[in-house]
Amino acid sequence: MTGFVDRLRLADEQRAAFAAWPRRWWAGLPRPVRLGALVAFAAFLVALPILQPPVLTTTGTDFTGVLFTVGVYCLCALGLNIVVGLAGLLDLGYIGFFAVGAYSVAVFGSPQSKLATEYPWLVCIPIAIAISMVSGAILGGPTLRLRGDYLAIVTLGFGEIVRLTAVNSEVLGAAAGIPEVPRPPGERADGTRLFTIVDVTPFYWLVLALIFLVVLAGANLERSRVGRAWVAIREDEDVAQLMGVPTFRFKLWAFAMGAAVGGLSGALFASRQTFINPESFPVQTSLMFLAAVVIGGAGNKFGVVLGAVIVAYLPERLRSIDDGLLVVWYVSLVLGLATYLLLRRRGPRDGPRTYLRLGVVAGILAALPPLLLAMPEVFGSRGEIGQLRYLMFGLALIVMSVFRPQGLIPSRRRAIELEDRAKEVEPGATS
Amino acid sequence: MPRPERPAPTGPERPAGPGSGAPIRPTPDPGEPLLQIVDLTLRFGGVTALDRVSFDIRRGEILGLIGPNGAGKTTCFNAITGVCPPTAGTIRFRGTSLGRRKKHQITRLGIARTFQNIRLFPEMTALENVMVGADAHHRTSVPGAIFRLSPRHFAEERVCRAIAMEMLDRVGITERAHQIARNLPYGDQRRLEIARALATRPALLCLDEPAAGSNPAEKASLLELIRSLRDSGYTILLIDHDMKLVMGVTDRIVVLEFGRKIAEGLPAEIRENPAVVAAYLGVPDGSA
Repeated sequence: MTGFVDRLRLADEQRAAFAAWPRRWWAGLPRPVRLGALVAFAAFLVALPILQPPVLTTTGTDFTGVLFTVGVYCLCALGLNIVVGLAGLLDLGYIGFFAVGAYSVAVFGSPQSKLATEYPWLVCIPIAIAISMVSGAILGGPTLRLRGDYLAIVTLGFGEIVRLTAVNSEVLGAAAGIPEVPRPPGERADGTRLFTIVDVTPFYWLVLALIFLVVLAGANLERSRVGRAWVAIREDEDVAQLMGVPTFRFKLWAFAMGAAVGGLSGALFASRQTFINPESFPVQTSLMFLAAVVIGGAGNKFGVVLGAVIVAYLPERLRSIDDGLLVVWYVSLVLGLATYLLLRRRGPRDGPRTYLRLGVVAGILAALPPLLLAMPEVFGSRGEIGQLRYLMFGLALIVMSVFRPQGLIPSRRRAIELEDRAKEVEPGATS
Repeated sequence: MPRPERPAPTGPERPAGPGSGAPIRPTPDPGEPLLQIVDLTLRFGGVTALDRVSFDIRRGEILGLIGPNGAGKTTCFNAITGVCPPTAGTIRFRGTSLGRRKKHQITRLGIARTFQNIRLFPEMTALENVMVGADAHHRTSVPGAIFRLSPRHFAEERVCRAIAMEMLDRVGITERAHQIARNLPYGDQRRLEIARALATRPALLCLDEPAAGSNPAEKASLLELIRSLRDSGYTILLIDHDMKLVMGVTDRIVVLEFGRKIAEGLPAEIRENPAVVAAYLGVPDGSA
């Protein structure tokens, strides 16, 4: 019995050390180095559509298009993170706000819409954000008195209500949808339009800039009274109110802010697609947004962005498995194994079994690509890996909730907690 | 929202900062009532948890609220802090009726509490826990926090941090400021709860069994803390089972049994009161 407890504690200690070191390493770098690294990384992101890096590029689909979709997912994950990660309100209908934003741009901007206002894009975007915020407040007003599972069910319903309203409303184009959604203004040097259907690169840059702004705004919120109030509500709503937090107002704000970001990304999505119909907004997408937040690490901005990249990019990349990917996979597997063997701490129960277990894990990881390659044969010709994404992310969520419930990049608070625990276990540890 | 009329973050009624204090022991009697409870009744379905309970809490005193298990002590707290609105009767704080005010509004008026079973924000640091309390009187909302344009935001952040650190210092756990609340030792969690309540700048501090589960040494230092709080101007309502603690620290005591007030008076009087003795020890057959 004690053996089991010891092993658990050891595992927890190792996990805590692992969770802490990248952060500490990063904080320990000199400021100019950190700044330089960030600028270089940003430049790399901006240059991605031009570079089309060999291994990263998706072979099956247009890489820039995929990049844009990933960007939209990142925006949504950031917005949803405010609601789920900070305020702790489980929202399963986030696609609803996304759809509201998309439809706002379409209805007010498209010459084909029944309203025929034909506002320019720059006017449509603030309208879309405002309408999404209001829809968030409208949904939140009556439902934020509910808690936990009940709130989740109502929000799930909201996502469907938005879609069904669109299907049944003539103004919203009914099932046929609305074409000719306006695009952002701007011209190239030669007088042609900057934002076209053919070239997605400007859209990608636009979404990149917006992600930057949203991350900045989110960071400001987190480090303020509002962020503290949200986390307090997540931790214990009754106590938060007893400590003077106007809980209802702040929950409503969380919903409205989440909705605003969702609406913004929906509006971008619609402008890029130039055509939307109710089928563009299935309820499954809500769950993908949520999966991004949970896999990445609810409450951490960078975590949820990573989660969004995993959820939106990996299935596209894995549509076809090519030699470059296999090389990267096996090289990183070998390197990872070597680093682990070199750096790991020796536990009290180190023995042949440890190596056996390690061997099994490595074997499974090594066998994964052939297995994935075999999948289309097993599931029939339509069974591309991209098609199996729900299965994949379902499994990923289960694995995550068992082994790493705090997400890949845990929020700062979780990380501190784990670090604290590591110190308790090992009092002589230097921090 | 009424703005707090007291800028001093320390003692509300008598601003005495930490360290500045020859203990001014207020005489319990002449104090005017800070909180008046009149005919407070609370029913849950068929159960009457409180039955026409009336008592006053005077400025600057420590009032003990005692009684056997299930007597309605915590329910009384819940009524005062707005968790359970009273079925009948009134609660007046500084002369104004609390009526059906929301919990956070009552907190802003100047009533703060701790909990019988510790309820911190477990994943926030100790400092952040206290900062939530210190934010009670602040007004920065989402627009101000996103755009960081208003000087008020920065001023409030600064004040908030200062108050929070001061309160941590006050209860003696400054070195825990950046630790996660969940990981604090039990005694420090109790203290953190008090610091968080103090940060809301209350006039009336309600402590619900602050010494529960503590060892004698912790209890002694907690008593010391409670006394020093009273001496710097807080009015304190204290629930506890520990008779020694209650007798040692309180100025007056109110005794509840089965939702009714059965006695009120100075500790010495309560100790001699036959009804109280009966309530705690039971009545022998044939007597009474």
